[in-house]
Amino acid sequence: MLTSIKTNEFAGSESKKLAMMYFRVAIILFGAQLLMGLIAAIQFLAPNFLFEVFDFSVARMVHINALVVWMLYAMIGSVYYLLPDEAGVETVGIGLGKLAFWVLTAAVAVVVLVYIFIQVGPGKESTIWLINEGREYIEAPRWADIGIVVVVLIFYWNVFATYMKGQKTGILTVLVADLLALAGLYLAGMFFTDNISMDQYWWWWVIHLWVEATWEVFVGALAAYGLVKIINAKREIVEMWLWIEVLMLFGSGILGLGHHYFWIGTPEYWWEIGALFSALEPVPLVAMFVHVLYDWGKEQGIAKAEGKPGSVMKNGPAMAWIVTNAFGNFLGAGIWGFFHTLPQVNIYTHGTQFTAAHGHLAFFGAYATILIGMMYLGVQGAYGIERMKATFKSKMAIFLITFGVIGMTIALTIAGYEQVLVERAELGAGWNAFFVAQDLPWYVQAQIWRTIMGVVTFVGFIYLVWDLLTIGKKEAKAAA
Amino acid sequence: MANENEKLSVWTSISFWRRSAAWVTGFAVILLIWLTFNTMGQISMGTDADLKKAAQEHRVVSRVPGPTVINYHIDYKMSKKRGHEVPVIGAKEPFFGKEWSEKEAAALLHLGKLTSQAKNCMNCHTLLGNGAYYAPDLTKAWLDPAWQKGGPMQAMTNTNTTEEAMAKFLQNPSQYPTHARMMPNLGITEEEAKGLVAFLKHMSSIDTNGFPRNFSKTVEQFKTGGTNAH
Repeated sequence: MLTSIKTNEFAGSESKKLAMMYFRVAIILFGAQLLMGLIAAIQFLAPNFLFEVFDFSVARMVHINALVVWMLYAMIGSVYYLLPDEAGVETVGIGLGKLAFWVLTAAVAVVVLVYIFIQVGPGKESTIWLINEGREYIEAPRWADIGIVVVVLIFYWNVFATYMKGQKTGILTVLVADLLALAGLYLAGMFFTDNISMDQYWWWWVIHLWVEATWEVFVGALAAYGLVKIINAKREIVEMWLWIEVLMLFGSGILGLGHHYFWIGTPEYWWEIGALFSALEPVPLVAMFVHVLYDWGKEQGIAKAEGKPGSVMKNGPAMAWIVTNAFGNFLGAGIWGFFHTLPQVNIYTHGTQFTAAHGHLAFFGAYATILIGMMYLGVQGAYGIERMKATFKSKMAIFLITFGVIGMTIALTIAGYEQVLVERAELGAGWNAFFVAQDLPWYVQAQIWRTIMGVVTFVGFIYLVWDLLTIGKKEAKAAA
Repeated sequence: MANENEKLSVWTSISFWRRSAAWVTGFAVILLIWLTFNTMGQISMGTDADLKKAAQEHRVVSRVPGPTVINYHIDYKMSKKRGHEVPVIGAKEPFFGKEWSEKEAAALLHLGKLTSQAKNCMNCHTLLGNGAYYAPDLTKAWLDPAWQKGGPMQAMTNTNTTEEAMAKFLQNPSQYPTHARMMPNLGITEEEAKGLVAFLKHMSSIDTNGFPRNFSKTVEQFKTGGTNAH
């Protein structure tokens, strides 16, 4: 992947080269996310590890920020990659797009260095502007917020102008509308208030309406594109399902926001609204995939009966990651989300490792998987490979990462269960109740398993990077 | 069927689903905006007058009380009507040895909320249940028996009130270890510590619909001698 620029492939598309630049930074930040996760996991078991040097709060902040930022990079990269294919014209403002890339990357580097070396500041406005905003997931200081908005506006202009110039496919129409909402929502997280309830109310507009609405629709569009690209799925089928997904995801996800408004000081009516709509969220997640695969199998059967060659699988590893996405999204976001979405359950699970279990499987299943799939599509394009098959390394990567994340999820679910029953139900959620539950052997064992599974995930990540760096050259040589 | 190419059914028509998606999304957004206006009204900070009323009538008049709530005793009691615990505003009590004017209380709360973000509290603790799960939830920390009179923290920090115990701890947390997992020293000044305690006291007075449930159970157990001590 790193050498892709030298190959000068992509039939000269600058947009796809820009996409690869985004993918490269994304994969580096993905690695940083995993390393920080390992540090934090070890601190659960050995609290003296890096104490007052690199505390849990710092490791955890970089862990979740690297997650959000690598996904945003991979999302922007994915759009730049598919844009010329879908629109049928080259992306209009490549120079500006490249400038935005370097500005964003420099800003991210500065923010991370400040997180790591300065960590916290005095209780003054200047800390929020320059060091960190202290709001989970969107800790980036205000100056960086403004930078992000500018960069995103440039990106959005590029997408919109290209869309207006080229053909307006259903996939692109969904993306153009979705990205506008995605970018606009970030503004809801950019102000300070003394009222913690108000603070959390708007904070969830960014977090929930990203992760459980606009990002979900975004990956729906990516899956549609991927299926058309990889197995020649019929556009009518994927686009019909894409609109059904938009209907169901926005129809449930927007008011599903209510499930974060049970306990933050907001009125009781959010119980009913949040429970009803968020319970509907898992419904749409696998349908498109199942229909497309069924249709593909049927077409293959017809082709075979007529003695013709059917359409081939053009990118094995990308397809494998999209399969993992379809089921991972359903399991992680859908099932694990539904586990604790009803207020009657949530009053006990809210703020326990249960949430962490859901978070790990959902971010992985819904987002990491398909974005990795897009990176494989990128490598295929960079080397102009007609048909890219999975290597041993591709298989090790997907197996170890998936196995590791599922293992972490199960371990954290068990830890969460123990917390819910002992800390919350039995002892009543005080300071002492918290530590009693944290010290129980079952909880500690779960944390040990989580750490082991974290290491498994990391080994899988090494295979992934190794594969992305080598698969293109190898398969291009094999084809030649 | 007049035209062979016409879709057989509306259920496989792309334009039908596109239009439905637009309508449903639009409807959800409008509903969310309407609910947001209603909620904003209910979670805006109350006034000093509201608090006086609340203290007289022993009930909550605003879901998020104003900053001067730090001048009152706060309790967390089971409400039979609502089926869960609710914060109850009690009689006046001194906070750091004095009564705070509206202006002073607002400034102190502002400092506290700002400090809670500047020190990144949320990446170890949860506030209103949101944050990280490495350290105890702070939603009702002010009411926690560990910090009350007779609890271990006042004895450890050699102080006589909850606010002083908390403020002293916050300035030098790793000097007062309670478990192997400790809070690191974050360079919190005396003023910032007072602000943080005001922020915690204010948060404990927010009507969180009974979260965390059973919090008073710990208090009851504590009062009767405690069953969950180490």
